[in-house]
Amino acid sequence: MSTTTDGNETKGRILRLLGEIAPEAEVTTLRPDVSFRDQFDLDSMDFLNFVVALHKEFHVEIPEADYPKYMTLNGCLAQLSAPQS
Amino acid sequence: MADFVMPTLGADMTEGTLVQWKKREGDHVTKGEIIAEVDTEKAAIDVECHATGVIERLIIRPGDKVPVGTIMAVIRENDKTTTGRTGAQAVAPQATVPAPAPRMDRVPGSSPQAGRLRMSPAARKLAVERGIDPSGLQGTGPEGAITLEDIERAAAVAPELTRPAVAADRQTRMRQTIAAAMARSKREIPHYYLSTTIDMGPAIAWLSEANQRRPVTERLLYGVLLIKAVALALRQVPELNTLWKEGQAIRSERIHIGTAISLRQGGLVAPALHDADRLSLSDLMKNFQDLVKRARAGSLRSSEMSDPTMTVTSLGEQGVETVFGVIYPPQVALVGFGKIVERPWVANGQVLPRPVIMASLSADHRVTDGHRGGLFLSEIDRLLQEPQSL
Repeated sequence: MSTTTDGNETKGRILRLLGEIAPEAEVTTLRPDVSFRDQFDLDSMDFLNFVVALHKEFHVEIPEADYPKYMTLNGCLAQLSAPQS
Repeated sequence: MADFVMPTLGADMTEGTLVQWKKREGDHVTKGEIIAEVDTEKAAIDVECHATGVIERLIIRPGDKVPVGTIMAVIRENDKTTTGRTGAQAVAPQATVPAPAPRMDRVPGSSPQAGRLRMSPAARKLAVERGIDPSGLQGTGPEGAITLEDIERAAAVAPELTRPAVAADRQTRMRQTIAAAMARSKREIPHYYLSTTIDMGPAIAWLSEANQRRPVTERLLYGVLLIKAVALALRQVPELNTLWKEGQAIRSERIHIGTAISLRQGGLVAPALHDADRLSLSDLMKNFQDLVKRARAGSLRSSEMSDPTMTVTSLGEQGVETVFGVIYPPQVALVGFGKIVERPWVANGQVLPRPVIMASLSADHRVTDGHRGGLFLSEIDRLLQEPQSL
């Protein structure tokens, strides 16, 4: 488990990446357990760009099969806080 | 001499505003190089030059709005430098700016007609950055030289020339442009519509296998497979890869697929993916990503706006199964894809759940009929059953 501080820092980085891809997204009122695509207009190209951005920011490998795990903020936090296998 | 004119950057564009020159008088330009940034109702477009040579004169000033076809600059082409033109002849094209004079807010006599301006390279650079045309300025420096302060002053009093102002009412104007193009399409083009359901099982299986081997930065989206299949099918039914101009169908040799891209602030553009039939899926994907990014950032190139020979639209992710599009004139066909849905599918006498997609064709009955249109959709279907050959 990561500490709260780490979690907040990770969250901030994720929201920043999201904001770069969807500048109109209200990231401050984002609901953490609802899919990004249900909250703002993200198409498959945007989502791919988001995954690429996560890969570059956090140096994680994200296979296509794992995409659904990154569809919500909570999902991203769970994946990125967990130790890499 | 070659004239650089205000290009048509899409159906029904009648005029454009010069945002800035990317080159100065005396600069060398190569065919295909960006020479200017032009603002249209839809976006700011980087305009490529169609000639190679030296820029003799920049006639239009940043901020000027001129009709399509207006001569904006004169280029002395490389192979014609020894024709012995006199200075008088060299500036003659100035007289060919079409009357009625486009809205030019400055007094014509206020600009120096010949020779380079007195100004430092720093001032020149700042002028470009601020989008200010220094030739319209009264210099306050030694011997009338234009100073950095002159540029700043001009930038401060000329807010109408700055970018945010140009972009402010773009929303409204984009709506008007789409309205004009689509109204023209429905007024002039006798559309016919066909659709077919395509089994996407093989394509999706192939794609997820291919993406497993690819690093995240090189993965493909299924949309790219659809675009490639359409481009290849156009080779088989080339009469759909045609432009209708002045009552005639003119077949295009090359296949440039217009891809409808929705913009975040509303509206859409459909710039071209050049030579989509000849690119590998990887290259097509890279170009597609780049195109979407630039379309949304408002930095498309003129050739991308004016070149599409047929358009593909995919509304799939917004949750609809079928889209019957409106043809974008002067093109004569448009293919629409809905979202991929799982449906019962009968194959070899068995009912199985399969991912399927609805492909539709809107086509111009002046150029093709339903029989050829049907063959075209069948060809797209056939190609998607063999994704490894795309």
